[in-house]
Amino acid sequence: MTNSTVPLTQLVAWLETYRTQVTEQRAYLTELDSAIGDADHGANMARGFAAVMAKLEEGTPATADELFKSVGMTLVTSVGGASGPLYGTFFLRMGMTAGAVTEFDGAALAAALRAGLDGIVARGKAELGDKTMFDALAPALDAFDGAVADGKSPAEAAAAAADAAEKGRDATEPLVARKGRASYLGERSAGHLDPGAASSALLLRCLAETLES
Amino acid sequence: MKKLINAPEAVLADALVGVEAAHSDLTVDHKNRIIYRAAPKQDGKVALVSGGGSGHEPLHGGFVGFGMLDAACAGEVFTSPTPDQMQEATKVVDRGAGVLHIVKNYTGDVMNFEMAGELAAAESGIEVATVVTNDDVAVQDSTWTAGRRGVGVTVLLEKIVGAAAEEGRDLAAIAALANKVNDSGRSMGMALTSCTVPAAGKPTFDLPDDMMEIGVGIHGEPGRHRVPLAGAHEIAQQLVEPILADLDVTSGPSIVMLNGMGGSPLIELYLMYGEVAKLLEKAGVTIARNLVGNYITSLDMAGCSVTVLKADDELLGLWDAPVNTAGLRWGL
Repeated sequence: MTNSTVPLTQLVAWLETYRTQVTEQRAYLTELDSAIGDADHGANMARGFAAVMAKLEEGTPATADELFKSVGMTLVTSVGGASGPLYGTFFLRMGMTAGAVTEFDGAALAAALRAGLDGIVARGKAELGDKTMFDALAPALDAFDGAVADGKSPAEAAAAAADAAEKGRDATEPLVARKGRASYLGERSAGHLDPGAASSALLLRCLAETLES
Repeated sequence: MKKLINAPEAVLADALVGVEAAHSDLTVDHKNRIIYRAAPKQDGKVALVSGGGSGHEPLHGGFVGFGMLDAACAGEVFTSPTPDQMQEATKVVDRGAGVLHIVKNYTGDVMNFEMAGELAAAESGIEVATVVTNDDVAVQDSTWTAGRRGVGVTVLLEKIVGAAAEEGRDLAAIAALANKVNDSGRSMGMALTSCTVPAAGKPTFDLPDDMMEIGVGIHGEPGRHRVPLAGAHEIAQQLVEPILADLDVTSGPSIVMLNGMGGSPLIELYLMYGEVAKLLEKAGVTIARNLVGNYITSLDMAGCSVTVLKADDELLGLWDAPVNTAGLRWGL
């Protein structure tokens, strides 16, 4: 039986888990990116989350709005490319919606994640099937919402979201990219996983693993 | 990889040291990687900020100075700079009349500049307008894609709009002019070789000795198609035809740039300009002004691009106005 609320410390642990995994998988993410992009996604994500954790080690904010604002601004200023503004906006919007809280119930976490995704859409203008991170995150948050509506715990909702994100990630393989640098390749972008969908699915898998433990 | 560098990860920082050493009329903020004019322009005039990934020199740092940019933000090689750099540059150069951001159309550049504009407006109330250049006819334009890339027209735009800013036009007029220039220009590029990004250490793509890429951008990305190597006359045709098919430039004067990608000698660029000029004139284009040389490059890529800008008396007047930058200098 998992808890019905998620304390902020657990979300900091989520970021730490993601930093570790994105660093372990940097070569894989970069390999995905060299096929259809500019071969820097793994390095950029690893650098960004190393900067996030270094900043949090200097002092971890006590409330969600400050925590995620710090995470978002650090990503925006350290990653560059398209991933910096997109992941940065995700966390900035999460913080704005969460407010000065120290714990989340399932619905509050769902709302914060949804606000983050809306921020990504506002920034990147992606739609379903464009072969982007949205293809992993959109079905994931629908699954999260559905699980919360069914009375499931945040950990169970996160697990459902991670499963849906991975399905969404895998479904990007045959798609022809319509956003980002991969779109310049046209038909040649089909047959490869989208690197942003891969790093996004990993973000939700890390959330599920952290909330389960 | 054989390059004149100390270490791949230090290329940008070391190059900025050189820029500062070479140009006493520029100052460099090494921490934020911004190149400024040493003598800021007068109060009340619109300031121009551009920037992008490095590796395209002289763009953009070489175009900072009287008659062109007020500041250029340098990103890592082929990687967009970050919003905090652009926001800092915007705050420093604002003379109270607002700031124009000149952004080449790449997903990362557009998003980072967008965030910078929002941050600058929210924190300091500086009015920011943005022009996004997208002149590359090699990319099929569509609302369903990232759209055309910003390439050669960016150089001509920075010159023309820079001159208008020195005249003291207001931000709305400057932004309208910038959009007019972008809408009136088209470019097409080709590559004889790939380029080598220092951090990668090997060429970005393999191109056999007897092949060339037509329709390349400026980041070593593959082009529209790969075809057998041909003579300069035929290459010129493959660059000029898509431009003329996309924009009617037969009425009125044009400004034409034959740009080197960084790895082709000037003798070849002049040879190509001769071929391009002949084709354009045969097609009814009046070349009123031209530029031949390396202005928006792709590291050590061999190859060239053609940019044609449909001009009028206003644009020609601004083109001829005095300019004093490392990359362009005349009329002083």
